[in-house]
Amino acid sequence: MSDHKGTVLAAMSGGVDSSVAAALLVERGFRVIGVTLLFRPCDDDASVNWCCGVGAAEQAGAVAGRLGIPHYTLDCAEEFERDVLRPAWTEYERGRTPSPCVHCNRAVKFGFLMRFADKVGAEFVASGHYARVVDRDAEDGPRLMRGLDANKDQSYFLFSLEGQQLRRVLFPLGGLSKPEVRELARQHGFRNAERKESQDACFSYPEGGFAEGLRVRFSGRLVEGSFVDDAGSRRGPHKGIHRYTVGQRKGLGIAFGTRAYVTDIEAATGDIQVSADPQRLASKGLVAEDLSWLGTRAPQKDESLSCRVQIRYRHRAVPATLSVEDDGRAVVLFEQPQDAVAPGQAVVFYREDEVLGGGWIASSLSAACAAE
Amino acid sequence: MSDSRIYLDHNATTPLDPRVLEEMMPALTGAFGNPSSIHDWGQGASRIVELARERVAQAVGAEPEEIVFTSGGTEADNLALVGAFLARRDSRPKVVVSAVEHQAVLGAAALVEELGGTVEIAPVDKNGAVELASLKKIVDHRTAVVSVMAANNDVGTLQPVREAGAIAREAGAWMHSDAVQRLGKLAVDVEALGADLVAISGHKIYGPKGAGALYVRRGVLPRAVARGGHQERELRAGTHNTAAIAGLGKACEMAAQRFEADADALMTLRDLFEAEVLERLEGVEVVAKDAARLPGTSSLLMDGVEGESVMIALDLEGIAVSTGAACQTNSRDPSHVLVAMGYEPHRAHGALRVSFGRSNTPAQATRAAESLARVVKKMRATTPLRGV
Repeated sequence: MSDHKGTVLAAMSGGVDSSVAAALLVERGFRVIGVTLLFRPCDDDASVNWCCGVGAAEQAGAVAGRLGIPHYTLDCAEEFERDVLRPAWTEYERGRTPSPCVHCNRAVKFGFLMRFADKVGAEFVASGHYARVVDRDAEDGPRLMRGLDANKDQSYFLFSLEGQQLRRVLFPLGGLSKPEVRELARQHGFRNAERKESQDACFSYPEGGFAEGLRVRFSGRLVEGSFVDDAGSRRGPHKGIHRYTVGQRKGLGIAFGTRAYVTDIEAATGDIQVSADPQRLASKGLVAEDLSWLGTRAPQKDESLSCRVQIRYRHRAVPATLSVEDDGRAVVLFEQPQDAVAPGQAVVFYREDEVLGGGWIASSLSAACAAE
Repeated sequence: MSDSRIYLDHNATTPLDPRVLEEMMPALTGAFGNPSSIHDWGQGASRIVELARERVAQAVGAEPEEIVFTSGGTEADNLALVGAFLARRDSRPKVVVSAVEHQAVLGAAALVEELGGTVEIAPVDKNGAVELASLKKIVDHRTAVVSVMAANNDVGTLQPVREAGAIAREAGAWMHSDAVQRLGKLAVDVEALGADLVAISGHKIYGPKGAGALYVRRGVLPRAVARGGHQERELRAGTHNTAAIAGLGKACEMAAQRFEADADALMTLRDLFEAEVLERLEGVEVVAKDAARLPGTSSLLMDGVEGESVMIALDLEGIAVSTGAACQTNSRDPSHVLVAMGYEPHRAHGALRVSFGRSNTPAQATRAAESLARVVKKMRATTPLRGV
């Protein structure tokens, strides 16, 4: 019975990635237990065809059946609401742009699964994320690395996992490319092999988008106001600050006669700054708060750290210098100004492919003005 | 290699008895005719159905003409409630159900509501037995049917069906009882129950899935829910599932013959299991321990753990139990039965249902208790409650 390499709980969403991840673990000789997390209540209409809903659980169950592994469905709608949805709304209400996937990974996906793994005596927890954990047993903690497929790398969403968690996490897809994963899915005869990407589908709502969906859900305050241009002129009302994000160009719902971007959102006044001048969208740096570091990779106080920083999921990490202030926040100065630094988004620090740590964007440092 | 796993979820379903399977085989092979057909093939199949009808009737103390075959307990419950409502809604648009009914009855009641009727829920006491005084107040001359199950599937509590039936009768309402869990474990006699409608199911008594029956007292005329052909005295259209019906008949016959001996054995296993658990584990409550309850059903409430986690941990050790509200297996909503009995939802999350059957042994009961105690102790020691 115990000739396996250990027991692993494999998160299975019913999608291609997590299905192949589970299959690889079985092939490597682990005792695999498939688990599907339900994030929304069963009576939620959207849940039926939704990536983490009841339909997904059925798909995952079918895959588990093919692999000959047990499969369970765990309801964590409560945790998802409390640790992901509500904090996300709080951010929108403040005129910021949340990164719900990061919270979901730390608090719900991995946090929840780890606790469950403890209960059922599983040593490891696995997911279909494109990222790698190396030097698992190193003294200064395991290292979190980007997935080898640069287009799919998801390490950005995983920076806040703690070393203790990472030690027990397996990412079987970290060394594979998406086409390779699809090919493996085909070889296994998984019906979902050709299904299109479901990234962020957890946060898609049928009407009005994620932010508006949250506002309705939590009976949130609608912060109305006006678009304000470079000259300080009011250019008409907007639909509530939660519907906009810094750097947004499309869907502003107003004609400026020229290509215009959101450059700032003022929750206190409801003003949304827009500009046709791309220069005004650029920042020379940012202030990050609530930092977390992997192992002993945090820089000493008064020491500056040269690294690469990634300021949103679809952003190529750029060289920057980072220093930690007395108040625990970090000031990050880019080598080259960057567009659309959105407060509320995660900022992740890399050395080469390794995640050193990360934090949350508190504010941007305007490129146009002198440093404060 | 012999199967070392232990199945303790007989309230969910039971294995098919080999003698039942034997009885089903002719209908799956040579006797393939449609029982509604006039020719010899049809008559052969019809004989199978009618023999089964006699056996089912005999098992519950009814006349064969009073048995309507359905696809199972759920359909029988739907026919009883919705059928009674459809038949009587002009003057009696209301149905009354106990708070601890099976989802099949609660779902049928919801359908009655959708069709324009009203539903009232009768509360239960701390043991899960319906409160007769409250029931008396709720049931009135506008009530079409009252539904109180014979024995609860989650906690095993036996219900005062006869007394509830007297209340129904006084108001001119029909009395329905879901006896799916009681059949095969205790006597089910339609006269003793004092019910006009009684639902039973095959797969809970070592018969096949997909067959059940509704006893319909002579003179009581619900309207059909499934409409179509003239089968089952126009109460249930659709070609008979001959093989499953044959199996149901045989399973009923066997249940009637052996339920007393089975009940003794189940009681012994359950008492042994509960004693072993209580001896090994602190912070466990046996639900409705001192109430009249089914012999093989044990409902445990455990402090500091969630039933769902315990169930999965036991499954990984090859021991099958349930968390109770089995029809909502993906939901963390606590059992509506325990909530109706007055348990706080957070406490009800620590519920586990263990239900014994014919093939279980004392050694299995002891091993299950050992495993349960070990799993729960480990969980209490290593992790906080989920979400805390």
